Amino acid sequence: MGQIQLKQVTKSFGDVQVIPPLDLTIQDGEFTVFVGPSGCGKSTLLRLIAGLEDITSGTIDIDGVDATDLVPAKRKLAMVFQSYALYPHMSVRKNIAFPLKMAKMDQAEIERRVNGAAEVLNLADYIDRRPGQLSGGQRQRVAIGRAIVREPSAFLFDEPLSNLDAALRVGMRLEISELHERLKTTMIYVTHDQVEAMTMADKIVVLRAGHIEQVGSPLELYHKPRNLFVAGFIGSPKMNLIDGQEAAKHDAHTIGVRPEHIDVVESDGLWQGTVGVAEHLGSDTFLHIHNTGFGEMMTVRAAGEVNLRHGDKIHLNPRVEEIHRFDSKGLRIA
Amino acid sequence: MATKASRSAARLMMAPAVILLLGWMLVPLIMTLWFSFRTYLPLRGGDQGWTGFDNYVRFVTSSSFWPAVQTTLIIVLSVLIITVVLGVLLAMLLDQPMWGQGVVRILVIAPFFVMPTVSALVWKNMFMDPVNGLFAHLWRFFGADPVSWLSDAAMPSVIMIVSWQWLPFATLILLTAIQSLDGEQLEAAEMDGAPKLKQFWFIILPHLGRAITIVILIQTIFLLAVFAEIFVTTGGAFGTRTLSYLIFQRVLESQNIGLGSAGGVYAIILANIVAIFLMRIVGKNLDN
Repeated sequence: MGQIQLKQVTKSFGDVQVIPPLDLTIQDGEFTVFVGPSGCGKSTLLRLIAGLEDITSGTIDIDGVDATDLVPAKRKLAMVFQSYALYPHMSVRKNIAFPLKMAKMDQAEIERRVNGAAEVLNLADYIDRRPGQLSGGQRQRVAIGRAIVREPSAFLFDEPLSNLDAALRVGMRLEISELHERLKTTMIYVTHDQVEAMTMADKIVVLRAGHIEQVGSPLELYHKPRNLFVAGFIGSPKMNLIDGQEAAKHDAHTIGVRPEHIDVVESDGLWQGTVGVAEHLGSDTFLHIHNTGFGEMMTVRAAGEVNLRHGDKIHLNPRVEEIHRFDSKGLRIA
Repeated sequence: MATKASRSAARLMMAPAVILLLGWMLVPLIMTLWFSFRTYLPLRGGDQGWTGFDNYVRFVTSSSFWPAVQTTLIIVLSVLIITVVLGVLLAMLLDQPMWGQGVVRILVIAPFFVMPTVSALVWKNMFMDPVNGLFAHLWRFFGADPVSWLSDAAMPSVIMIVSWQWLPFATLILLTAIQSLDGEQLEAAEMDGAPKLKQFWFIILPHLGRAITIVILIQTIFLLAVFAEIFVTTGGAFGTRTLSYLIFQRVLESQNIGLGSAGGVYAIILANIVAIFLMRIVGKNLDN
């Protein structure tokens, strides 16, 4: 239960078409992440699936049933909002029980489900507090709790971690992944953070200006980006993109090499440059290389600690088999 | 307010305002208390000396006292109910995106800018006049006998006029409160399966709780002293004599300043009782 199929879905606000015709199938139990820069229409797409916005044309099927004209409550989807959208005047317990109360479930069943959710999410300690008295991470858990008690056929997450601090974000990321493992329910997760996308997703949908640029597993996207946009968007630090003569040597308009696929060598490197800023992370060192002759600055990831300073000369060797080639339209050359 | 110098400077700056306010409040208050213990009939011998609690006893035992208190409370309560209920509805209506929103909002707020005397005159002469009023024309158009509003339905008329005056205030405060409601909360409620009516009951109304208490508190303070609307329309006749109007009559129509002052002290006590109740409720509501 929980297959979602979008067929030729479009959305316009007035004269502006934010989602051009779009086809997408999300399989039952899949953790799908919509990722893209801000304003790419990923949240709009999620709201269309949720039913909070009407689609302009096309159809949405949920579990094989046409849900295009169904009201949000009838779609059996649960959503976790960016602001959490907890009801401030209700206790945590009442917040979680609210959807069940609206469904006119009997009191004993509500009690059972709320306690179940509280146990799964470790909410028991603050179940009688108000949202205002909770920390960001706790609020996030309550919002998820409110979603899971309904036992929906799919969960929708709208940038749920963007209001948390970095440490908490990593923790919640794991918890949501764990939750998915346990519940095996379809989840659609919207984020602009490609790290979240890479770490959590079974399937990533990369969006730009309402268009789907590529759909695939995280590693597919990493190893075989379909075009320049995906190549530049997935992976951190960003892929180095080089065009002109150097690219022509590889029969391409543009070539891309990821920072981790360039080796620092003592001498006789294929490429040379001077070291700019070096970011020491301990486990890795990110070197920013200038004066490579390719116009743009290049990023290189060296494992461990590297004893290089600002202004040092450096020799580099790209791993030829890891070079991505793109044609003049920005599409991948296989 | 960190340093000693800035603290004393702050005190110095505030002093004129504090002194002015104190003078403004304390002088009349003390004079009222003073006169309430004296027989003071300006046209019949002037200040005739100390009378103890005579004025207080006379004011309460007068047959007009309890009806006046009742009238005051009825007006305050009815106006509060009407303005809060209509105010919530209007605020929600004005919150909807619509064409000409700015103009409509200004129009809704306009009655608040009209002086009470003027608005009461407008209602009395243009709407409620049994011969030439718009209502009379309307009634006649449908073949009914025009109602003489200010004599046959004096209380409802006064309540209507005062409500019309205060509705914009309530609407304005409630509108700003509604605008501060996080839209995602309503969307979450929609996803949770709450229909519009339940969204209103469980999300919007609790969110407005604080604003509603503030509206009630502020309006009560002003409504207890409603005067111009009654003076201009019924002149306190037909059961519209409130406590403040009764005091006015004692002082100016009966020319008995002592008796009126005693009434004034009662009015202060009544206002304080109401205020204490309200403060408790508001305090509770503002805490969480």
